[in-house]
Amino acid sequence: MHKTARHHRFAALAAVIAAALALSSCSSSSGGGGSSSPTGSISGQTITYWASDQGSSIADDVQVLTPELNAFTKQTGVKVDLQVIGWNDLLNRILAATASGQGPDVVNIGNTWSASLQATGAFLPITSQIMSQIGDTGRFLPGALAATGAAGKPPVGVPIYSTAYGLYYNKVEFAAAGITSAPTTWEQLIADGQKLTHGSQWGLTLEAAQTPENAHAAFVFSEQQGGSWFDSSGNPTFTTPANVAAIKELVGFMGTDKITNPSDAENSNGTEALQEFASGKAAMLMWQPAGANLAKYGMQSSAYGVAPLPFPATAPAGAQHIDSMVGGINLSVFANTKHEAAALAFVKFMTSQQTEISLNKTYGSLPSVTDAYTDPAFQTADDKVFQNVLASSATAMPEIAQESQFETVIGAALKTLYADAASGTAITDSLIQSTLNSAQQQMAAGG
Amino acid sequence: MALAAETDRPPSPPPAARARRKPLTWSRARHKALPYLLLAPAVCFELLVHIVPMLVGIWISFKQLTVFFIRNWSSAPDAGLANYRLALKFNSAIGQQLLHSFYVTLGYTVLVVAISWFLGTGASVLMQNPFRGRGTLRTYFLIPYALPAYTATITWEFMFQRDHGAVNQIIVRDLHLTSHVPFWLIGGNSFAALVITAVWRTWPFAFLVVTAGMQSIPTDLYEAAAVDGAGVWQGIRKITMPSLRPVNQVLVLVLFLWNFNDFSTPFVLFGNVPPQQADLLSLQIYDTSFQTWNFGSGSAMSVLLLLFLLIVTAGYLVATRRARSADA
Repeated sequence: MHKTARHHRFAALAAVIAAALALSSCSSSSGGGGSSSPTGSISGQTITYWASDQGSSIADDVQVLTPELNAFTKQTGVKVDLQVIGWNDLLNRILAATASGQGPDVVNIGNTWSASLQATGAFLPITSQIMSQIGDTGRFLPGALAATGAAGKPPVGVPIYSTAYGLYYNKVEFAAAGITSAPTTWEQLIADGQKLTHGSQWGLTLEAAQTPENAHAAFVFSEQQGGSWFDSSGNPTFTTPANVAAIKELVGFMGTDKITNPSDAENSNGTEALQEFASGKAAMLMWQPAGANLAKYGMQSSAYGVAPLPFPATAPAGAQHIDSMVGGINLSVFANTKHEAAALAFVKFMTSQQTEISLNKTYGSLPSVTDAYTDPAFQTADDKVFQNVLASSATAMPEIAQESQFETVIGAALKTLYADAASGTAITDSLIQSTLNSAQQQMAAGG
Repeated sequence: MALAAETDRPPSPPPAARARRKPLTWSRARHKALPYLLLAPAVCFELLVHIVPMLVGIWISFKQLTVFFIRNWSSAPDAGLANYRLALKFNSAIGQQLLHSFYVTLGYTVLVVAISWFLGTGASVLMQNPFRGRGTLRTYFLIPYALPAYTATITWEFMFQRDHGAVNQIIVRDLHLTSHVPFWLIGGNSFAALVITAVWRTWPFAFLVVTAGMQSIPTDLYEAAAVDGAGVWQGIRKITMPSLRPVNQVLVLVLFLWNFNDFSTPFVLFGNVPPQQADLLSLQIYDTSFQTWNFGSGSAMSVLLLLFLLIVTAGYLVATRRARSADA
């Protein structure tokens, strides 16, 4: 009996080993590919590039990027295998590639993921030596460069497209309400918003069920209240009075000021608020550069203006002069690439003056390098607003490994509070406090 | 291949029987091995597709597999039972949330299974006797089951929207049933929205299975009952339901397991952050694993879910078997 049991255990073990061998032989067969020494010529190599979805659709991205990639191939002899990946899948695809070691050579990432992905060790650290290889540090916008990894560690990417938040306002509706200029304080914004709210028209629209949008707003409002979501050693400090005040201000647009349609508490797909603004159902919108999309939804560029986000009329103690997070996309190289030289040549090409001008022009984003701003396309009044914000009053989201977790828990907490406000629940300090407290516990336990 | 086949060898016969056997010759061994060899590919795939990933999942649940280790996940430090303790500590935020989700999921599953079963059985009883257009109607009933889950659910999501949705258009603006415009995707109604969508997707399957089960009930049973003076209701109660018992036993179990694990309906309807009132366990596990990147905790929650479903399944099978043998 004893002998049989042991025999069976051995057989089971052998079966597992056999299965594991079969698995590994499967995966290694797909991993082949010409590796070359870094000193050799890169011509003839093929690199895989995962691009994020920057245009109106994935097909649109392929159309925009293909001519650039062809130019790169012509210049260097390196072929680029392009895959455009939607935002909903990108992070999970990167995680899967990180866990399996089978990934692309170059990838676009949302810059707020930098520190999280840096912690995985999946990406090639951009040392100062590599930096000089792909173009001098001085070219990149300092704000955008700060969003490439945690402070004190070599960054894990370089910025390629940059954005910031601004206040879009409907000039026609402003004129009809007798308002002559964009609000510069929140108090003005609320007063203007109440004048603009009548019938089926609302003062301000929010994408209130979308986690990243909520997290970005919570971050900026907290900075303006003199708060912070983390202390200097990276521990969450969600329940400070400044953070409670920040959240109360945000939810108040819907709950107490009544300048935001309660239905906005359902807006979750990332374009609904934009469409409400474009169709004139709301007069104001806090958004990243949206000119290209507004045109697509049929709004004339003369019908709207852009201003920086307002500030509190009297700054609370410790308030920062911050009205935006540094938004944008970074370009990272996978650490286990077999074509490091070719990948870096590609990064250099994609962040060159010419490519930055042409891609950012098409996508409606801002270049991440100073020398691209010479192009007249980036000299419009709207672009100037975003450039100023980016240069003087934007700061990077917390550069900590749990950043993506932070966006999830704070975004979700705000979504819940908006839902409460929409259904008529009074948003008290203690309700906010307890919601933030449970978010903080999730944050602490998850790490 | 041959090694894997060994696992399937039946238990060795008792020594007495073995002694009487003829010695194993090569041709006899070859003859005996043939069925196992033929089975081997299936066994290999079963291992690859089901067993190995499940074992890996269980292994991960004992590891502290966070963002820092996914690149080299075999080096993740041991967590012991910490992941389980985190999930089961009901006075902490995560444990509380998980317990809340458990109750919501249980309520959701029981409601969806019960309503789907009633609708499915009711529809198949009504369609038991032939009439003109029966085939067309049956096909029509099966459409929700044939639609891809995403397409069906996203359509419901559009219909439940407060300002532009068809549901509010009908009940508020056309029929004037209420004066205030209700929310369906947030707040208390979100649970109802979730149940309605899931029932719509699930009941055709119950209808399909029960209809198939009814084909095997001989019609002369009903005829004999009718001669004895039994009405329609008695026919259903005394003939249809008892004949369907084995079918129902499997059907209810399958529906329960499917809905308890359902991910796509709540995810498509609400995104990754569901309203409190409709916060199902599968979304909690997804958030823990893929939003906060804590795969160890996520796996521990999955293992707990698996254990719970195993216990429910085993208990259900024992109970139904006992009930059946008591009847017999």
